[in-house]
Amino acid sequence: MIAHAIFFYFFSVIAVVSAIMVTVSKNTVHSVFFLILDFISISCLFIMIGAEFLGMIMLIVYVGAVAVLFLFVVMMLNVAQQKSQWFVSNASSGHIPVGLLISVIIFFELIIVIGGWKYKPDLFNSEDLKISEDISNTHSLGQVLYTDYIHIFQISGMILLIAMIGAIVLTFRQREGVKKQSYLKQISRERNEGVEVLEVTSNKGVKIDD
Amino acid sequence: MIEIGIGHYLTLGAVIFSIGIIGIFLNRKNIIVILMSIELILLAVNINLVSFSMYLGDLSGQVFTLFILTVAAAEAAIGLAIIVVYFRNSGTIRVEEIDKLKG
Repeated sequence: MIAHAIFFYFFSVIAVVSAIMVTVSKNTVHSVFFLILDFISISCLFIMIGAEFLGMIMLIVYVGAVAVLFLFVVMMLNVAQQKSQWFVSNASSGHIPVGLLISVIIFFELIIVIGGWKYKPDLFNSEDLKISEDISNTHSLGQVLYTDYIHIFQISGMILLIAMIGAIVLTFRQREGVKKQSYLKQISRERNEGVEVLEVTSNKGVKIDD
Repeated sequence: MIEIGIGHYLTLGAVIFSIGIIGIFLNRKNIIVILMSIELILLAVNINLVSFSMYLGDLSGQVFTLFILTVAAAEAAIGLAIIVVYFRNSGTIRVEEIDKLKG
């Protein structure tokens, strides 16, 4: 139990500190790196709590795909050098105190919800999908994912497909002045537009073209 | 303190959620950091779902976490594509300079 507590505090402190660093860090590349650290520590927490499959999937999807995508975009757009004026707002914008107020209110609301859960734990009990102890986490997830949740699974596949097509369509750009080979034009040439028979008079030559 | 229960995990989720909200409100840099804050918020939701799933012994929380993960990946891809297109057209992604809609 002690070890569990030590590991929990270790990973959660790292997660919270790196989440703060994501928002306050001056350099956007550093923000992405702290985001990766955050994902890794949270996935360690998931593995510790017993959801091994989700922890590994978080590592693969977030760290391997999403964070690298962020990194690519940050480096491509060359915004890393942008100097930021953190907390230096011009007098007209009063959004910083409003933002702080709203986030503090949300935080205390969530804490109140947690307290209510602690004092009335039998408010909600679910018997839907029991986690059984004899098969592994991945096994039990796979058993319900392809049977009970097959429609949602298919829909999420469609969402990914639409996101892929949308990203490609959005960033696609037709470049001007690039010579391209057109097969249709090549094979639909006729003899009379390519070859011409001319009468060549001697000592005069032929005027070729235009 | 030593006994780690569901309350600890939910508190961690609440803290990360609030940090994400603060990141959205206080950001003066560029939109990419706002997208990262949205990722943090989704992460906090995932923490809540997984901890409830483990606490109640019910697998459906983890299944829904999987779908949230999918949607978050799709959202990141689309959002970054929009940011790239906007940067190509206007040359900036600073939050205070994006005021075409005058909102």
